[in-house]
Amino acid sequence: MLSSPTSPTPAFSAAIPARATNRALTESFGRVVQRDPLWMRIGLIGATLLFLLALVLLPLALVFIKALERGVHAFGAAISDPAALDAIRLTLFISISAVLVNLAFGLMAAWAITKFEFRGKSLIITLIDLPFSVSPVVSGLIFVLLFGAQGWFGPWLREHHFKIIFAWPGILLATIFVTSPFVARELIPLMQAQGSDEEQAALTLGASGWQIFWRVTFPNIRWGLAYALILCNARAMGEFGAVSVVSGHIRGRTNTLPLHVEVLYNEYASTAAFGTAALLALFALFTLGLKTWAEHHISGKRQTDSDFRSNE
Amino acid sequence: MRDATSILLCHISKQFGRFAALDGVTLEVRPGQLVALLGPSGSGKTTLLRIVAGLESHDAGSVHFDLEDMTHTNPRDRNVGFVFQHYALFRHMTVLENISFGLTVRRRRPRLSKKEIRERALRLLEVVQLGGLQDRYPNQLSGGQRQRVALARALAIEPKVLLLDEPFGALDTKVRKELRRWLRTFHDEMGITTLFVTHDQEEAREIADVVVVMNRGRIEQVGAAHEVFTRPQTDFVREFLEQGASNEFFVRESPQENVLLRVIG
Repeated sequence: MLSSPTSPTPAFSAAIPARATNRALTESFGRVVQRDPLWMRIGLIGATLLFLLALVLLPLALVFIKALERGVHAFGAAISDPAALDAIRLTLFISISAVLVNLAFGLMAAWAITKFEFRGKSLIITLIDLPFSVSPVVSGLIFVLLFGAQGWFGPWLREHHFKIIFAWPGILLATIFVTSPFVARELIPLMQAQGSDEEQAALTLGASGWQIFWRVTFPNIRWGLAYALILCNARAMGEFGAVSVVSGHIRGRTNTLPLHVEVLYNEYASTAAFGTAALLALFALFTLGLKTWAEHHISGKRQTDSDFRSNE
Repeated sequence: MRDATSILLCHISKQFGRFAALDGVTLEVRPGQLVALLGPSGSGKTTLLRIVAGLESHDAGSVHFDLEDMTHTNPRDRNVGFVFQHYALFRHMTVLENISFGLTVRRRRPRLSKKEIRERALRLLEVVQLGGLQDRYPNQLSGGQRQRVALARALAIEPKVLLLDEPFGALDTKVRKELRRWLRTFHDEMGITTLFVTHDQEEAREIADVVVVMNRGRIEQVGAAHEVFTRPQTDFVREFLEQGASNEFFVRESPQENVLLRVIG
């Protein structure tokens, strides 16, 4: 980029260390306090709050109210029912497995994309995003088409007595598919912003690949990674559409918590349905707490960085 | 003082797609010399420096330290001290941890004990005149201080050669002047063979024993600093040196984007 001599900006940008420019500018703009009229501020804040109250907080509260309608005892019974316990177990197993797979895949993908130069990189980035843009139902159907009785691999799987559709492997595959972008999406911009200077410095100082990863790269991305894994876990636990298509709703065997809630609701067992839903909501709230905590750590780090820059 | 190492580069070529970043560059750096690679952005000077360190691959040619062929040696094993323009300090480590890093990951030679590593790092911190700052984090230091920590970190592994990529490029003029004088004095004391990249001819003139002027992947002229500046041998060198006298300078250099700013006034 060659700026023309008449442009007024060069002298200005020359005064700021080039690398810090972008971040420093966005941050200082981010801090500009709006000077809009009072009524407008109150109106906007009020509308936002009202919206949240009516569409988020109220329904959530209702879930807990309904769950506890017939007392704590009924709630306890709903979530300690054998079918409910099986659903909880399956959900935890699926979400933990999906998170682990995501961790491995996300790290690999982010590393490959940010540390190497190769053709077709942007295509890979687009592909990583794909599961987010495809409807979960479609994601589920893909696996039925592949592994279902009439699917491509159906006959082969039947011969070898493997069951994927209407069994936990199908649920796991569908969950992995819909959650696969989380870690990569969070880490790619983070690692791009950090560049690979620190890794190269470590290399010239004699560090091995493992040492570079564990002692240089990982400490720099750990909070971003934690944040991504928490979001991934939330989605994995709550996933309904894709899982519903491949699960077959076999009670005690292929019902995850969200599916169990639906079954109970359809059977007019409303206390049990809301009880289980409340449990799911509790998991979600716990995750939200974790997420806020991770975010706090991330922004805490950025804060000290920008404070320093303004002193410079 | 240890015996200094010489660097010999033979016919180094490097293509980026169709663009020849380096076109058969041959250069010898004598033991203990302080050599500046000077040239406009895109002239290939940083690429050459990175090839010496092994951080960049090249298509043809060879790299030797003394008589040893390093062409296919992993950067990890080349034992070079590399200092980056933007410091590249490990941001989650303290100053002391940064300086000790190379000693704690080292596999060759008997490893030093923790105490020895700490002592050596503290001594280096004194050498770069930052005594007492060992527990700070990089973001609590000024730019000049950071670059000195980076230098101490590179020196901790007792490198054969020291490679500096625009070491003062991100600093303001005053700090830059101070630091380069200090580097010259420091080099005189240590006597380590040093190659540094710069686009600032004043910097090259002031501290280098030998100046290598580069343009479009080739060496235009090599010579003692005063000789190059008083007797430019090619049109390019003459024009480049004249241009440098005006207020034109490069603000940022990266392989992707080169920014040339002309300050008016």
